[in-house]
Amino acid sequence: MGGIIKSSVARKFAMALSGLFLVFFLLQHFTINITSVISPDMFNELSHFMGTNFLVQAILQPVLIFGVVFHFIMGLTLEIQNRNARDIGYQNYNGSANSSWMSRNMIYSGIVILAFLGLHFYDFWFPELVHKYVEANPEDPTRYYEETIAKFENPVRVGLYVISFIFLMLHLLHGFASSFQSVGFNNKYSKALQGFTKAFAIIIPLGFIFIAVFHYINHL
Amino acid sequence: MGNLIFKFFNLQIRDMKLTLKIWRQDNATTKGKMVDYPIDGIEGDMSFLEMLDVLNEELVVKGEEPVEFDHDCREGICGSCSLQINGEPHGPDRLVTTCQLHMRSFNDGDTITIEPFRANAFPVVKDLIIDRSSFDRIQQAGGYVSVNTSGNTIDANATPVNKEDADDSFNAATCIGCGACVAACKNASAMLFTSAKVSQYALLPQGKIEATERVQAMVRQMDEEGFGNCSNTGACELECPKGISLENIARMNREYMSATTEG
Repeated sequence: MGGIIKSSVARKFAMALSGLFLVFFLLQHFTINITSVISPDMFNELSHFMGTNFLVQAILQPVLIFGVVFHFIMGLTLEIQNRNARDIGYQNYNGSANSSWMSRNMIYSGIVILAFLGLHFYDFWFPELVHKYVEANPEDPTRYYEETIAKFENPVRVGLYVISFIFLMLHLLHGFASSFQSVGFNNKYSKALQGFTKAFAIIIPLGFIFIAVFHYINHL
Repeated sequence: MGNLIFKFFNLQIRDMKLTLKIWRQDNATTKGKMVDYPIDGIEGDMSFLEMLDVLNEELVVKGEEPVEFDHDCREGICGSCSLQINGEPHGPDRLVTTCQLHMRSFNDGDTITIEPFRANAFPVVKDLIIDRSSFDRIQQAGGYVSVNTSGNTIDANATPVNKEDADDSFNAATCIGCGACVAACKNASAMLFTSAKVSQYALLPQGKIEATERVQAMVRQMDEEGFGNCSNTGACELECPKGISLENIARMNREYMSATTEG
């Protein structure tokens, strides 16, 4: 993929745009998920819409999958290129003196998020495909809430979700603000924007953690 | 504690005993290694390079090969000195080059590691000396303005420049090309250097004529030299002895994408 987008500036621009797209998706996902805490009927209605709407299924979902795959492959490509830029490392490298842990370890937080996506697809997306296309069950707009909360009865799964969202928080704490710098947005409004991105990076993953823990505690 | 008292009362710290761990490498093709050198009699008001001078005098007296390191002006403007000291380019102090770093920044009994700036685009020549000609080639690719010098040159002062742009351009132009940005970056990226050189012209009317070609050519050369990609850690900005801002990288990104879409 590094070969398709040849210059380093264009690569970081593409990385930032795909990241911003995924952040937008995350907000949309969170908005729907939080309704499972407020109103099961609303959650069912929204989930049914997302699962059956032609625009969402035929256009937005493939775009989202492309965005995830692109962001991951581009991130991995950049990481390999970056490691190849310094064959002999330092005997003493004091990275914490000048940069945050999150900014130096995006690849590791990204890998944890990717592993989480595997678990998430195993939990929700693959069963949904089987339900709709393999078993060809008739549409049932009331099934989503019960199916979702059933997953959060397992404490191991809830624990894995919590850990994953902590890594998502770390990833966003650097990545969200960084994407604006990459697309060239650095001006007098950047400080306020950074505050917003940091708040978003903390609040949204904490919200996801709250939803998982809420449903787990609720079933006890 | 003793050093803190000395520093508090602004007293000179005398007779420091240190252990230096220095990268020694005979030439570009041989493998190097860290070598320990105990040293004493170091005063707090010595510069870091003067401390290395003392070490070298001792090595010469002993008949050993002195440690090779780059230096020239010794007043922080030439960009020659380039040492990674205790894991940071130009050492622990901010907004100073290695030659402006003083031994009072260290404590008696400290072990100090001294390495060359590391990047494949900065190959080691000998000991602590590196080849930074990759920066020269980036500059040659577009870091200039073409001026007619055949007798009808327009006086620079005759072209009005917005004060804010003039200040930003001047600040970008204070980059001395020492390479600390590359050394500090975990990716060995040269974006801060290249963006400073792009910005200093892009902000001025005289530089706008060649702006499209300039940014494309300089980024292309930067990539060809084998520097890594920027991941916005901000380490370069913090370690830069001249305080070159990340705003320059954002400006270069804008300039580059706009130049690319213009064709």
